[in-house]
Amino acid sequence: MGPFRVWEIPSNLVGIDVGVVLVGRKSSMTWDREPSLTPDLVDGETSITRRGLVRWAGAGAAALAFAAQGAGHLAAQEQTPEAQPDPEADPEAEGTEIVEYEATPIEGGTPVDSAGELTVYSGRNENLIGPLIPRFEAATGVDAEVRYGDTGELAATILDEGDNTPASLFFSQDAGALGALAKEGRLAPLPQEILDRVDPRFRSPDGVWVGTSARARVAVYNPEMITEEELPDSVLEFTDPKWKGKLGWAPTNGSFQAFVTALRVVEGEDAAREWLEGVKANEPKTFDGNGAIVRAVAAGEFPVGLVNHYYLYEVQEQDKKTYPLANHFFAKGDPGSLINVAGVGVLEDADDPEQALAMVEYLLSLEAQEYFAEETFEYPVIEGVELAEGLTPLEDLPSPEIDLSDLNDLQGTLALLAEVGII
Amino acid sequence: MLTLRPRAERLTIWRGFGRAGTEHAWPAWRPVRRRTGRSGPPAIVWVPAAVVALGMTLPLLYLLVRASEAGAGVWDVVLRPRTFVVFRNTALLAFGVAVATSVLAVPLAWLTTRTDLPGRRFWATAAALPLVVPSYVGALAMVAALGPQGLLQRALAPLGVERLPEIYGLFGAWLTLTLFTYPYVFLSVRAGLRGLDPALEEATRCLGHGSWRSFFGCTLPQLRPSIAAGALLAALYAVSDFGVVTLLRYDAFTRAIYLQYRASFDRASAAVLALLLVVFAAALLLAEGRFRGRRGAAYHRLGSGAARRARPVPLGRWRYPALAYCAAVVALALGLPLGVLGYWFERGVASGEALDGLRTAAIHSVSVGVWAATVATLAALPVATLAVRYAGRAGALAERVCYLGYALPGVTIALAFVFLGARYLTPFYQTLPLLIVAYVVRFLPQAVGAARLSLLQISPRLEEAARTLGRSQLGATAAVTVPLARPGLAAGAALVFLTVMKELPVTLLLSPTGYDTLATAIWTATGTGAFGRAAAPALLLIAVSAVPTLLLVLRDRPAGGGGA
Repeated sequence: MGPFRVWEIPSNLVGIDVGVVLVGRKSSMTWDREPSLTPDLVDGETSITRRGLVRWAGAGAAALAFAAQGAGHLAAQEQTPEAQPDPEADPEAEGTEIVEYEATPIEGGTPVDSAGELTVYSGRNENLIGPLIPRFEAATGVDAEVRYGDTGELAATILDEGDNTPASLFFSQDAGALGALAKEGRLAPLPQEILDRVDPRFRSPDGVWVGTSARARVAVYNPEMITEEELPDSVLEFTDPKWKGKLGWAPTNGSFQAFVTALRVVEGEDAAREWLEGVKANEPKTFDGNGAIVRAVAAGEFPVGLVNHYYLYEVQEQDKKTYPLANHFFAKGDPGSLINVAGVGVLEDADDPEQALAMVEYLLSLEAQEYFAEETFEYPVIEGVELAEGLTPLEDLPSPEIDLSDLNDLQGTLALLAEVGII
Repeated sequence: MLTLRPRAERLTIWRGFGRAGTEHAWPAWRPVRRRTGRSGPPAIVWVPAAVVALGMTLPLLYLLVRASEAGAGVWDVVLRPRTFVVFRNTALLAFGVAVATSVLAVPLAWLTTRTDLPGRRFWATAAALPLVVPSYVGALAMVAALGPQGLLQRALAPLGVERLPEIYGLFGAWLTLTLFTYPYVFLSVRAGLRGLDPALEEATRCLGHGSWRSFFGCTLPQLRPSIAAGALLAALYAVSDFGVVTLLRYDAFTRAIYLQYRASFDRASAAVLALLLVVFAAALLLAEGRFRGRRGAAYHRLGSGAARRARPVPLGRWRYPALAYCAAVVALALGLPLGVLGYWFERGVASGEALDGLRTAAIHSVSVGVWAATVATLAALPVATLAVRYAGRAGALAERVCYLGYALPGVTIALAFVFLGARYLTPFYQTLPLLIVAYVVRFLPQAVGAARLSLLQISPRLEEAARTLGRSQLGATAAVTVPLARPGLAAGAALVFLTVMKELPVTLLLSPTGYDTLATAIWTATGTGAFGRAAAPALLLIAVSAVPTLLLVLRDRPAGGGGA
């Protein structure tokens, strides 16, 4: 199972999703696959250890039990450790599994040459994506080693390592770091076939990286302190003096900076400067990360914060508590509701490009996309994945008409933020 | 003989000593010439010292390489108004922390070494432990406890307190850093006190001075090198720390540097800022050199004979205020984070957080800590010997160079070794040996400072005597100096151990892939705000670190300054 410990899989994740692993793997054996870069498919069965198979089978049974109850996602969250899969396979697993398989043909990972190893640098937290790794290993037979760190620092590491980088794949928290690597020519082009699975607005224009999940900018607010009606239709209105001391933001955060870039693209440089100056005059509370803003809003330190949509769910999930929190989306076309992505790129100097591509494919598989939708509360980037409860569908999101590739002028944004004296 | 000005009075006392006895009968505090007829240090000292000093310049070389890529952009970064603001902020923070840690720690150290304070060993251990609280955990605890709507506010809510004043900014960062770095001064001053010859202090008492006057006039001046060394470490720590200034939202240099890496992926600008920070560190080093006391002053017994154990000062009715003081410091610096962690732990356990896997992480943490502490102590010895025994420019330079990197944020050191390891030492890249070397480069000043201070308190004549009795240079050092310096060396090793245990950026980037430590486990959990999950590794980290601290305190015997 590689270096990953079982305890990292929170008990609440071992329900439905693990069931999907089993079904997904099955599909890769029997279903005709789309042409892939890894033509020498081996039988999924042979690349999976017996122990793993038995465990996942048990999980499949557990998942189906939940599905039968119609408990869905919420029930899965409430799973207690006792309900973890029994290492002894449930005899019913085989039978029920086939029903599931026929009901929903799901695409999982592609088994590749079983000798494969893969080193991944991940700027995304182990708590968020760690549980996906053993599933990827089980589905593909690739042994994945992951180094976790801060996205920006890992990008700097890859640049400093030069040709000798041990990493084959970079999993980034935001598009900015991928863009920085692409600019230095460190990312290899991805096959068109993989790129085509994702909406063009969620991938790099020159095809060197691809988004794996999307997030929307929103205003998170505390309904005990303010009503939704009081919140403005446009993020631009936060310059109004009535918001003095009532707003939290994270100007050093990548997502916020992407939003400022969008603001510059949509409204122009001067308008962006005016907005920044106006909000600064309202003395917003400054944070370094979105999670801290959401917590502060939940604690009633101030009523509104500019964040990504999923932190509201994440914080409540982490604390196992329901806070007085809600997301407010701005009106149609407002730069305040920009959609951003987390994504991956295969390194130009990758030692294991084939395995790295297998991981890219896996992350875009239905199985991984459902994981992002249900467990990290993000938007999937492929078609046909159900959203987590309470999420506004992406089509209905009033996102500004903007290409992520238009947001590459990060230096300009930083210069503006520095000029206004915010960072 | 007495004048109204205390400073003049002190000087009078010193002169009085000079006259009172012959040089051989009385220990004295006056300049001595250290180089006694020998023509420079032997190769066995200067070669390893030079190797270590060169190793310590590696991060600087890396920064120069990176900064040169910035071209003309260098001046844009240097002359930006914001650069001045963060420079000023950082200076304020460093100065404030240096002063506050000294004021807080000197009485603590004196109370726990020189008095009959009840439970001295307990207080000594507890007062040293805040050092091991990772600064991001400490800062989280401060915000959780003293934030506008924190635990304190909730406790005060029945009294009608709806929110507390904000702790964010300079005050909060200063308070947090002071509480978590004062152990540097505490441990250093303790070692200094233990090495002091009580005879000098007793002489002042014989001359009719009260205990306060003898403390301020005699003991404190002799502690100046210890205070300066400890405060320097605390100030440099404050300058290089990222967790506290981020969570308490204070715009310091490290934050600006991290921003270059994290937000703009601009390594050249980051390097320019880091070099500015090195300049700042150099200024701090100069200031410390000034405060350290007279150049060439001797802090060891000059005459013959051995120092006795100091007699504990009876506190009498001062016992209760003294206890209250110790309790207050320990409650704030250790009790507060422990309390918050305990609260998280309880909540985490209640919601079914698993504890497996921590054992491996703890073993990893301890083993890298022990290795780094051992290597750092071995590396510190030649540098400190050169600096103390062979007073010359080269020795002073070698010692000071060790400190420059200490002001740099961890990520800069880590990237320097990424650059070096991936390009030139490929077989060692992301292996334990290179990780240990990076730790040593990051934390060597702690070991060098401790080794230097303990060597200062040992008379070179003892080693010279051993040599006249036929020992080689190395043999004499091993047989005489090292045993005498052991408490100081152990303190340095313990400091390195404790800081390596909580180190994050170097561990994340340079450890073998998948080599989780307690610090990375805490980081992973706090990264998504899973505080319930962070509590267990954090508590374990503190518990594991308590062991060396406890050993250090239990072996607490006055070392005997001058003779043996």
